[in-house]
Amino acid sequence: MSNTAKTDAQRVAAHRAALHQATHPAGKMMRFGMDDPLMLDAGTSIAPWQIAYETYGELNADKSNAVLICHALTGDQYVASTNPVTGKPGWWSMMVGPGKPVDTNRFFVICSNVLGGCYGTTGPATINPETEKPYGLDLPIVTIGDMVRAQRKLVEALGISSLFAVIGGSMGGMQVLQWAAAYPEMVFSCVPIATGPRHSSQNIAFHEVGRQAVMADPNWCAGKYLEQDLRPTKGLSVARMAAHITYMSDESLHNKFGRNLQDRSKVTFGFEADFQIESYLRHQGMTFVDRFDANSYLYVTRAMDYFDLAAPHDGLLAGAFMQTNTRFCVMSFTTDWLFPTSESKSVVHALNAAGANVSFVEIDSSRGHDAFLLDEPEMFKTMRGFLIGAANARGIAGPDANPTEQEAQQ
Amino acid sequence: MSQTDLSAVRGDYQILCDFVKPGARVLDIGCGKGELLELLIATRNVDGRGIEISQSGVNECVSRGLPAVQGDADKDLSAYPNDAFDYAILSQTLQATMDPKGVLEELLRIGQKAVISFPNFGHWRNRLQLLWRGRMPVTDYLPYEWYDTPNIHFCTIRDFVALADEVGARVLRAEALNEKGLPIGFNAPWWVWNLIGDQAIFLLEKK
Repeated sequence: MSNTAKTDAQRVAAHRAALHQATHPAGKMMRFGMDDPLMLDAGTSIAPWQIAYETYGELNADKSNAVLICHALTGDQYVASTNPVTGKPGWWSMMVGPGKPVDTNRFFVICSNVLGGCYGTTGPATINPETEKPYGLDLPIVTIGDMVRAQRKLVEALGISSLFAVIGGSMGGMQVLQWAAAYPEMVFSCVPIATGPRHSSQNIAFHEVGRQAVMADPNWCAGKYLEQDLRPTKGLSVARMAAHITYMSDESLHNKFGRNLQDRSKVTFGFEADFQIESYLRHQGMTFVDRFDANSYLYVTRAMDYFDLAAPHDGLLAGAFMQTNTRFCVMSFTTDWLFPTSESKSVVHALNAAGANVSFVEIDSSRGHDAFLLDEPEMFKTMRGFLIGAANARGIAGPDANPTEQEAQQ
Repeated sequence: MSQTDLSAVRGDYQILCDFVKPGARVLDIGCGKGELLELLIATRNVDGRGIEISQSGVNECVSRGLPAVQGDADKDLSAYPNDAFDYAILSQTLQATMDPKGVLEELLRIGQKAVISFPNFGHWRNRLQLLWRGRMPVTDYLPYEWYDTPNIHFCTIRDFVALADEVGARVLRAEALNEKGLPIGFNAPWWVWNLIGDQAIFLLEKK
């Protein structure tokens, strides 16, 4: 594994810096004390707890222009600003920012780190104030419903009683659907992208492979690796490699790598990373472990596995959306096989059955599930149009109909 | 939302709009790029939704702020509950459905009222082409050859009146339009409209 420039010492320093963020985020954070516990679906609660978040733009006088962005599995609250661990620009800077579809000149945008995450919201790497040690596996299992309950506490603490829009892709899209189902009166419009109403058996299977890889790493230490200043980097790296394959399409892998060899003219008849795709996956795995906590990965994948919006309604998904006044815009991508269009369509059919105001757009893209994070002009155009329509209905200023010059060039 | 030039709108859209009460809940089935939907929202202040079979049409609608979903009139109306809308509108789409009778029944189930517009195959020009040339009619209004037409279930105005009766619908209003899409403007027996109407618009409700 030589395809990374970092020395072991640099790596240890990077891991410590990332760990610091889990309790002391670089950005904004709200704490809730012993008197304000967060109730969990597991039947227990956490107190005290904290939620880390970022905001962009200004809240208007009647607090009607707030947009909540929900991040995906390994995302963070730095949707449109630099990630303090990686130094990389915000993960959705093409979507969120001044003049962008989610226009921060018009909207007050909130993005918080999910419960169970490792960027400052209470998660397994956060220091448990009772023990002064990281929670590790002592943290109760959290669900998508719990994540949304935590976000609701934050939104209400910010003085907002109704969100103009809740937007997110993949696991973020699950949170969007959960918001719309659990707190419809707080959600004026919502945009679930590349997501589904439940995690499929196949998706649970992939997650289980990832978790078993983490747990099989001797450095995992039954979840107590932080106390011993160790990291299960090999296991987490394999988990990420396996997961990364599910984010791409066969077509995009073929187009990007084919059977091309990595810095060599012929195969080595060994187990080096002969192929570019191997080298690429190893790199993805290696860089991921620098920015993400292994136990967090276990918790957050579990939260996705447990998600099943129809379950409390005897399996009838429409039951989750009855009487809703929320405006929905559902988006999927043609080559996404992790959350295929059929999953989005089942949401759309349920919304139709519930008489909801729903738009549904399937976007032609070769890039698989990850397309929602990439430069997909049709997605930006759809988002912009939908938010303009919703802003008109809400009586607030929406994004400009004409994209910024930069977008127009794309 | 992009500006609609109201004066340039197709005549049948104008009539369709007149059939719809302001503020109603409307489903436009086969909404295309959303021209009618946009007009209904702009001029009748409806709570409007669209279904369109082509994904590019849907994307165009949504990117202009119009609520639309991809769907097929033949298959996807079953997802909607009874009386979900005040009006279910089927504009220039009936003749392209696999099962026009089933679709009409669905319209009357999900809408309190149904508005249907369709080209009249019984127009005298169509009849003459068939009579004199012995060929399937190709006109400005029906520009396709028989082998590549999406219009697989043509009917005449009298055929439609008979179908409406068969599915238990009452005709509340009807207009026959001339080749310019303007109402013929006088009441006449169905057979007269059936000869001179290029297209027809019906407002139906369940009996």
